Amino acid sequence: MTEYIYLIPILPLIGFLINGLALNRLPKSVVSAVACGSIGLSFVLSVILFFELKALEPSSRVIEQVLFPWISVGSFHVNFAFLLDPLSAIMILVVTGVGFLIHVYSVGYMSHDPGYSRYFAYLNLFTFSMLTLVLADNFLLMFVGWEGVGLCSYLLIGFWFEKKSASDAGKKAFIVNRIGDFGFLIGMFIVFWSVGSLNFNQVSSIAPTVFAFGGTLITAACLLLFVGAIGKSAQIPLYVWLPDAMEGPTPVSALIHAATMVTAGVYMIARTNVLFMLAPDALMVVAVIGAATALFAATIGLVQNDIKRVLAYSTVSQLGYMFLACGVASFSAGIFHLMTHAFFKALLFLGAGSVIHAMSNEQDMRKMGGLKKHLPITFMTFLIATLAISGIPGLSGFFSKDEILWKSFSSQSGHPIFWVIGFITAGLTAFYMFRLVYMTFYGQERMDEKTKSQLHESPKSMTIPLMVLALLAVVGGWVGMPHILGATNYFEDWLSPVFSHGEAVNTHALLSSTADSSMEWLLMFASVALVLVAIYLAYNFYLKKTSLSTAMKEKLSGVHKTLLNKYYVDEFYGAVIVRPIIYFSLFLWKIVDVLIIDGLINGSATVYNDISEFLRQGQSGRVRSYATIFTLGVVVLLAFFMTD
Amino acid sequence: MENIILTLIIFFPTLGALLLLIIPGDRKDSIKGITLIISFVTMILSFWLYAMFETHGLGMQMEVNIPWIESMGVGYHLGIDGISLLLIVLTTVLTLLAVLASWHSIHHNLKGYYFSILILMTGMIGVFCSLDLFLFYVFWEVMLIPMYFIIGIWGGVRRVYAAIKFVLFTMFGSLLMLVGILYLLYQYQAFSGEYTFDILKLYHTPLTFIEQMWLFAAFALAFAIKVPLFPFHTWLPDAHVEAPTAGSVILAGVLLKMGTYGFLRICFPMFPDATITFLPYISVLALIAIIYGALVAMVQKDVKSLVAFSSVSHMGFIMLGMFALNIQGLQGSVLQMLNHGISTGALFLMVGMIYERRHTRLISEFGGLAKVMPLFSTLFLIVTLSSIGLPLTNGFVGEFLILLGLFDANKVYAIIASSGVVLSACYMLWMFQRVVFGKITNPENEKLVDLTLREKLVMFPLIILIFWIGIYPKPFLEKIEPAANMVMKHMERASSVKFDEENSRLVIIDDSDAVLISTDYETIKK
Repeated sequence: MTEYIYLIPILPLIGFLINGLALNRLPKSVVSAVACGSIGLSFVLSVILFFELKALEPSSRVIEQVLFPWISVGSFHVNFAFLLDPLSAIMILVVTGVGFLIHVYSVGYMSHDPGYSRYFAYLNLFTFSMLTLVLADNFLLMFVGWEGVGLCSYLLIGFWFEKKSASDAGKKAFIVNRIGDFGFLIGMFIVFWSVGSLNFNQVSSIAPTVFAFGGTLITAACLLLFVGAIGKSAQIPLYVWLPDAMEGPTPVSALIHAATMVTAGVYMIARTNVLFMLAPDALMVVAVIGAATALFAATIGLVQNDIKRVLAYSTVSQLGYMFLACGVASFSAGIFHLMTHAFFKALLFLGAGSVIHAMSNEQDMRKMGGLKKHLPITFMTFLIATLAISGIPGLSGFFSKDEILWKSFSSQSGHPIFWVIGFITAGLTAFYMFRLVYMTFYGQERMDEKTKSQLHESPKSMTIPLMVLALLAVVGGWVGMPHILGATNYFEDWLSPVFSHGEAVNTHALLSSTADSSMEWLLMFASVALVLVAIYLAYNFYLKKTSLSTAMKEKLSGVHKTLLNKYYVDEFYGAVIVRPIIYFSLFLWKIVDVLIIDGLINGSATVYNDISEFLRQGQSGRVRSYATIFTLGVVVLLAFFMTD
Repeated sequence: MENIILTLIIFFPTLGALLLLIIPGDRKDSIKGITLIISFVTMILSFWLYAMFETHGLGMQMEVNIPWIESMGVGYHLGIDGISLLLIVLTTVLTLLAVLASWHSIHHNLKGYYFSILILMTGMIGVFCSLDLFLFYVFWEVMLIPMYFIIGIWGGVRRVYAAIKFVLFTMFGSLLMLVGILYLLYQYQAFSGEYTFDILKLYHTPLTFIEQMWLFAAFALAFAIKVPLFPFHTWLPDAHVEAPTAGSVILAGVLLKMGTYGFLRICFPMFPDATITFLPYISVLALIAIIYGALVAMVQKDVKSLVAFSSVSHMGFIMLGMFALNIQGLQGSVLQMLNHGISTGALFLMVGMIYERRHTRLISEFGGLAKVMPLFSTLFLIVTLSSIGLPLTNGFVGEFLILLGLFDANKVYAIIASSGVVLSACYMLWMFQRVVFGKITNPENEKLVDLTLREKLVMFPLIILIFWIGIYPKPFLEKIEPAANMVMKHMERASSVKFDEENSRLVIIDDSDAVLISTDYETIKK
């Protein structure tokens, strides 16, 4: 079956072409069958290929499929070629699996939207791009997927294009991502001109021989690639587009802005782990940015009132965890968290979508409350996801987060400070998530009567995906249990062939103080305890004694206001970057172009005109003035010769 | 066939133009029909040429060399390489589409209009085929006159100002070029005893460094004005805004390429030392053009002048790629000449379509078109994306190769130029948002009709080309490669460069010891 790898991305592309070219002429049932069917088939194929890959020897689990040569100029050759290895196998399973559930969910969620077929066309196009991104066997093809998902994100954020805020948000996402892509491009140039290839496998094997370990060039290349990752995965300082991206339909937020696209940066670093392992300084930067973002975004999430915005900041924060893992050279932990996060965060978004759907498109949690009994399935599944993201032992999020925390503490490239930041973030996460749950599902029903009378549980096409994801959010982490529990970490073993090249060039990075299993236990208990405390606090603040939270708000009104306004970062960018550029551009246009350059040109024409005009006056045709000039001339000449 | 095909392609439109002269001016349909057929046949001829062209052939193909004015050494010398081949095909395709686009937008004096377009076509194709400087100059000037009329008669409100500005600018440049041509002629005569205008022979004219510098300056100014390179660009926004749609399409699509083509065909091979010496200055101007054009485009209020300034920015990329003097940069540049013709041509066509409906091009007059003109909006999106170089569209392949080549030649230039990629997304998407997205605020937009069959036909080939070049650029790149290598080989006679065959690039050498200024990579130093 491995000769059919190409079908995995192509099937959704075909779905896109059918729904896109039909121009709204197909009935809804056909549109949804095409859209869900194509990605469903991709999923089935991915599962089959996964097992075929598993049947191979671990060392030979690398399958490349070349479709055709793409660009070939001089020494530069790039193919349209796909790479199936343990890492991309995991990614295609997540993308097609979670993607399929979200497609199904969308059938219900979007059923009344006039742009139904356009929506599914975009969604399929996105799936195609994302699968190209993860299956690419070289940097350039990855970049194709990379910009392709950016385009789909742009289109889907601005899906309701009549809303100014939606099209603004789409544009912002695209442009901020382009800033990241600028780094990606330059990073790619350094890699190519040093290694002589952009093929991942060749780069992995050649890079250690051409780059000096820790050298400037490799560090620069990694940092530039990381700039790309920062843009796509919404890290400081380029995270600003993601919260705004919530303008898009909620299933889009689940698929693109939680489960798949935003994790592309993490995937890219894992894919190029050899390069990053050669540049410890760059790894350190990755860890610092990741940790800082995790904490920073979590604090903003504490006070937001829009249910989707809380989840958006939560996503930014969780992505920070993944980068932290990569930064401490524990790529497999990063990918593990990527996977579990895809399950529970997609579930959270879809649950939020179900709530919004029931609430007649209300997103403000202050107008919700008591939804538990109206939306029982949504509530149960949402609660499971909340427990998972908070890191309650036994659920998927616990295992992946715990591994990251432990690695950030114990690995040689880690540092206790990273652990402390991750630990605090874990507490904050539990707090804001339970705040959300209490405000939404418990307490008084704060909505108006009309909305209240229309409350209803969502249709089956929406609740079934929720239940499947809930199951995954529980068991998804069991494949990667820590060694101290006496279990085998299947996940890490599965990925180890991919990361072995990187480990070979920097054996130092992964060494850990292995003897300290008691320390590992201690840290694990500490974080679980903190989470429980946080949940208890949220319970007190937002359910039992809501006066507490108001009092707190008043007492710390300055802090609260800063957080509510997201540290005024958007305003800062507006004042320092956007507006100056616009004024400068106006200056260039009105002053430099029109006044100076064109002024000089038109001026030279005018001067020429004036000179002609002056000379013309001599040619008046009047005999008397000719005679006068003639006489004057004679006098001057005579004077000249006589004085000589 | 091989020796008359070029002559046929060049003069077939002229024949058509003469035929138009005998048709009464009030038979509008016949005039339009004949022009359409003539330009269609010319396009088919150019496809035939494409098919006959030997992809990996070295040197010029389909050469014809007949003495013309023997006493002066003027010859009717035609021939093409991959670069000219692609530009010829671009010319014929865009001209046909321009004719189709003019169908309902030109109302008076049709005969004169279509006559001008056909003569213009002869001029453009002639420039790309000429291997004789005299002939080249004649075609170069022939092109100017019909364009002057197209802008000046069928243009917008300030058409006369724009037309005169366009002609004076270009004339100024081409007169200096004429002086250069004559000097070259005498220099060659002093060396070999014969007069010749033959470009391929003149490549071997012995010139001192100072002579090269002066001649380069004379030719480069003519070409830089055409490109247009900052700060010689101010004729462009005026000409574009005032020209009718077809004029803008041909102007942006083909005429600007004559500048870059001139550098490759004449400046680089004839004055290689001067090229190297001028390289940093021209590169800096091109960098300024990229950033400056993009920033000024961002604040334009008129869609057409926005596209015009974006051309300044894009042409800056093409200049930089050529001056990278390696195979990636050169091939990327030539491909980007084609791409810019396709994307910008398509943009002007689409702007023309909404102009015909609303008689305005002010961005603020639009908004919400996605609702009433979904097909237009979709195609406009594709063209916009191709213009900002999204992967799998044509623009990406060209831009990427240019930047890749440039990075090898000069990292700083490449990094600055890459920022243009971000800026292009800013101005294009902002414009797109204001035109297509949002609610319809102007009631006049509510009754707009989507694309007609004719308009769909106009857009169809361009959309195909956008994806074809983006997904499978091989057939195009293959054709450019031998020609691009040839340009570098011709430059090898310069004292300051060596052609590095293995990596297909020119290496600039110091007098003392061989140092690559192009790069300081460890890997390459080995």
